[in-house]
Amino acid sequence: MSDFKSGSNLERVLKAGHFAFTGECGPPKGANVAHLKEKFQYLKGNVDCVNLTDNQTAVVRMSSLAASKLLVDEGLEPNFQMVCRDRNRLAMMADILGAHALGIRNMLCLSGDHQTFGNHPQAKNVHDIDSMQLIALVKKMRDEGKFMNDEEIDVPPKIFIGAAANPFADPYEFRPYRLANKIEAGADFIQTQCIFNMDKFRDFMKTVVDMGLHEKCYILAGVTPMKNAGMANFMKKFVPGMDIPDDLIKRLKGVDKRDQAEEGIKFALEQVAEFKDMEGVAGVHMMAIEWEHRVPEIAERAGVLPRPVV
Amino acid sequence: MIVADRKSIEEILGMVKDCRKILVVGCKGCVTVCNVGGLKEVEILASTMKIARKKDGNPLEIDERVLERQCDREYVSQLGDEVNNYDAVVSMACGVGPQFLSEMYREQRFFPAVNTTFFGGATQHGVWEERCAGCGTCGIHMFGGLCPIARCAKSLLHGPCGGSSNGACEVNKDTECIWDSIVRKKMEAGELEDLMGVKGLKDWQTARDGGPRRSIREELVQGNI
Repeated sequence: MSDFKSGSNLERVLKAGHFAFTGECGPPKGANVAHLKEKFQYLKGNVDCVNLTDNQTAVVRMSSLAASKLLVDEGLEPNFQMVCRDRNRLAMMADILGAHALGIRNMLCLSGDHQTFGNHPQAKNVHDIDSMQLIALVKKMRDEGKFMNDEEIDVPPKIFIGAAANPFADPYEFRPYRLANKIEAGADFIQTQCIFNMDKFRDFMKTVVDMGLHEKCYILAGVTPMKNAGMANFMKKFVPGMDIPDDLIKRLKGVDKRDQAEEGIKFALEQVAEFKDMEGVAGVHMMAIEWEHRVPEIAERAGVLPRPVV
Repeated sequence: MIVADRKSIEEILGMVKDCRKILVVGCKGCVTVCNVGGLKEVEILASTMKIARKKDGNPLEIDERVLERQCDREYVSQLGDEVNNYDAVVSMACGVGPQFLSEMYREQRFFPAVNTTFFGGATQHGVWEERCAGCGTCGIHMFGGLCPIARCAKSLLHGPCGGSSNGACEVNKDTECIWDSIVRKKMEAGELEDLMGVKGLKDWQTARDGGPRRSIREELVQGNI
């Protein structure tokens, strides 16, 4: 245990050298615990940990901290997402301590989508600190046992620190350096933005490996199975930071409408197969958006079951 | 300078709908430079309002004044008792003006005719852009002379975020991603190292977050200068 930074299941799986497979679950737009628990059941045993998104796309939902605790209660492991948009440094440190107290051992530190994309565009954003500083903050609390102001923490939080990377955003040539900076700041693992442009990702990973970043941090490749061509078109047009090649849209459109979901899953499975052999990739983060019930099948067909117990 | 936009004529007319005689006061400071509240704009607003009210069969009498600055008591006091000859006064200065007027003339009502928007400058004729958020602790030299606090939608100190695309901000395609510009400038200068590492957390006490601010220049207060 002492060799572990947090002792989370994800950390154990990665440290043991297994190819990680993580999932994601969006908390409900309400307090519908029953529905949330139903979604958890599809993920149980099929992933190493589950990301609980934090007001994703700036749409108000049940808090990611509360949803993470509900997940712990169901015997799964959460990856508690925290964005810089909605909390100042006080709330962040309080929730990091609270997360540890509730049995949460993984966190993903994010800037957060701008509120103009959400359902309360009138809101004031916080951005007291940014994601780079949040990573460093969690690390300081964990490793130094100190708050930002250097006051001692009575029982520091043990958190496996995650961060995001978008290999497809501009300026492209700077992205590996920003990733390096996040690792330097304290990121233990990275979950990338959804990957659709495989050529560009291969190129990105080559640079990452050349820089030796994969040896300092576990990099999990983000995969989102497309449900249909409409979803691909929508993401291409409206979701910031997405790089969706026309070839993929063409491929989805090339099959009958009722077969598009299967085609989307097939593409995702081809991606997972390639990531398993890609140098520098330590696992896959499967973001099956509002498609949790398909995860058991996707995991099975991807050949990542059973999940290792370490 | 302080940049502002004029409110719609409908909104301004709504403010003074119960008035028969008003004064419109312009300012020769920033709002004159950004063509929103100087002499010319006072004349245009007054005549537009008069025409609209005349059309409604409810004529409005309007006098016009332009002060040297509305953010200075010396100039604000020039209005004198005359200010009480009106049912209301419409100020075309930035948000500072109608407050200085309200503070000096407590019996009168002052309405703002403009929305004060930001500290910025003109990038071309008729276009003004934000450059400064008035955070009270300037660090633009760390970012190639470009301010991410004012010009990044998330005020990132370690950008650009994943939404940066072709040099544009994810929030608005017509807005420059300032972090794209910072990175490119630093790369061209061979100073990428400056962008690595984690910067200390910003101290927002000098910004609005520390409460309303005040600058005191002791030597001026004591009358030595």
